[in-house]
Amino acid sequence: MSGDSSTYKEEEIAIPEGKFTMRTSGSGDPLLILHGELGFPGWRKYHQKLSEQYKVMAPSHPGYDESDRLDWAMKVSDLAAVYLQVLDDLNISNIKLVGFSMGGWLAAEMAVMDPGKFSKLVLVGPMGVKPEEGEIYDLFLNLATDFLEESFLNPKSVEEYSLIRPDEPSPEQEELWEVGREQSARLAWKPYMYNQTLPFLLRRLKGLQTLIIAGKQDSIVPVDAFRIYNESIPGSSLSLIDQSGHRPEIEKTDDFLKAITKFLS
Amino acid sequence: MFIGHFTERPYQDPKSGYFGATGKSIKDLTLSNDIYDPMLGSELYNRYLDEKIYAEEMGFDGLMLNEHHSSPFCMGSTVNVEASILARITNKAKIVLLGNVLPIWDDPLWLVEQLATIDMISKGRLVSGWVRGTARESVAHNSPPAYNWERFQEAHEFIVKAWTEPGPFRWEGKHYQYRYVNPWVRPYQKPHPPIMLPGVVSRDSVMWAARQRIPYIMLATQLEPTRQSFEVYKETAREEGYEAGPQNFGYLWKVHVDETEELAEEVARKFVQGPSNPFNAGNEGTANPALNKLPGITSRKRTLPTAQVATANRGGQLSRSFEDQVSDYTIISGTPKTVIPKIRHVLEYLRPGSVFFWDGDGAMTHDDQMRSLRLMGEEVLPAVREIADELGLDSPFEVDPKTGEKFDEIESDTSNEIAAAPGD
Repeated sequence: MSGDSSTYKEEEIAIPEGKFTMRTSGSGDPLLILHGELGFPGWRKYHQKLSEQYKVMAPSHPGYDESDRLDWAMKVSDLAAVYLQVLDDLNISNIKLVGFSMGGWLAAEMAVMDPGKFSKLVLVGPMGVKPEEGEIYDLFLNLATDFLEESFLNPKSVEEYSLIRPDEPSPEQEELWEVGREQSARLAWKPYMYNQTLPFLLRRLKGLQTLIIAGKQDSIVPVDAFRIYNESIPGSSLSLIDQSGHRPEIEKTDDFLKAITKFLS
Repeated sequence: MFIGHFTERPYQDPKSGYFGATGKSIKDLTLSNDIYDPMLGSELYNRYLDEKIYAEEMGFDGLMLNEHHSSPFCMGSTVNVEASILARITNKAKIVLLGNVLPIWDDPLWLVEQLATIDMISKGRLVSGWVRGTARESVAHNSPPAYNWERFQEAHEFIVKAWTEPGPFRWEGKHYQYRYVNPWVRPYQKPHPPIMLPGVVSRDSVMWAARQRIPYIMLATQLEPTRQSFEVYKETAREEGYEAGPQNFGYLWKVHVDETEELAEEVARKFVQGPSNPFNAGNEGTANPALNKLPGITSRKRTLPTAQVATANRGGQLSRSFEDQVSDYTIISGTPKTVIPKIRHVLEYLRPGSVFFWDGDGAMTHDDQMRSLRLMGEEVLPAVREIADELGLDSPFEVDPKTGEKFDEIESDTSNEIAAAPGD
């Protein structure tokens, strides 16, 4: 699911056991965007808009899309440590960190490990904590297409829906989804999509300005999980976007951009 | 020739209205156990044990059991419990487990202990097969599918070591860790019970079996792709410096014998009725597409020629009718007179040293099974042994699958040593 590649630069970044894909666009403060459980969703409108104000960096995590898998990595925090080392090596700091869904979990783990590296943290529909009410929708016992359909409240009204969930996905797209599901299963099969200790570790983010954005009608991650994030991160804010499912950045792009740009500026 | 008997032990409940080509269709993993009738379950477990006793009496060399979870087509969710009972109520036949689902065990020391206990009580009659399991096994026990193959290999290494090396020792592996391995039960057979590997899909598995010199049993696959998969084993064996023969191969398929041709056909049609079985071409019910895509359970690229057939069948299309299966020998039914030449065809085509007759399944009744077992004992098994002798099809209990050399007559069942560490 590639976007218009003329708007960003794509390169490979070497890590000890392989390499991963990084896309960059724009200038200004660094803004790192971490994709979710099915891999990079393509260069979408929200990437483009954010790149008009920031230097957007949007990788495909090791093990997703065309990026090499790290066989040793068995937890989300393993990937977090890999990324922190890359950021150290690139000598990038004062980063605005934005993570979507499982990428929100990854962002939270990174922030917990090294809060000083980041100036702001945005978690969008984050997985990673166990809701007290409800359960996280099962990506591994449902097809990727089912998962994506469940991710939207009103798919028909969504401009970019057909880019996220094509009517007839190409074999290449199907394969990329399976690569994503497999890598996500390697990291988060059990317990499914959460780290039991994360709510306690999140206290460490006391000094980091944090915004949690989520669709009010999210049926992938129960809204209760966002409450737990909000209560666990001292001083954090929660912004629920009405008439949106799990992907507010796609389903309610304008509302999403409004919330995030206000917070980031 | 080693001849075994097999049935999935289906949960048959004609009253339910569910199951199979004759009932309401079910989608895999969507049927609630709310409909389970414990009285019926109890009757069926006892029926299937009785049939195994009779199979032994009728001259079968092996009583084969398998394991599946959370599905009505196979009641064997704890294969070691059934095997333990057989260990005590039978006397002669080998108890062939094809097999324990290694990767779903978080604590494989239980397997070390349970299987050694079965070997004790049966006085050395255990044949201990391993499988990786279908997706539903990983789902039922919430075992990480993406590490299925790694866990399989590590559990195998661990179990063989615990059976063969004096304890206590430590095991610090990737998926299993123990600081005190010293089970107070050791296998009756030395160095340990023989191991077999059944399968249908994975190229990794068949190559691994060849490297380990473990006999490979193909499960109800069509003849030509089965032969091709045996070739993969043979090629790997040659790379390993040995020649694989009949002792390295086994084949399981559906065979039913009855008193008349008409009765045989009527009953054999029940193979594709009764509880839907993903392996039962013609009666798969509705497969759950998400189960076919359980992330990482098998390599998406490294599959066998038989996998295409197997996975096509699991796609939920009733693509292989009873007639199709009869025409390509994956179902053989008839009177002994007509069945024996068809079995000969399969033996000539595949040259297996072990065969397992899959019978008494689907919607077949206890009486259906007992008639078939009797006729097998009286006429079919003796004839099959003669054919096998003529074709030189030695079992892994007659010829060592590791060396191709004949065992001594007396200790013919105790030499299946696994010494090498798994490759890959």
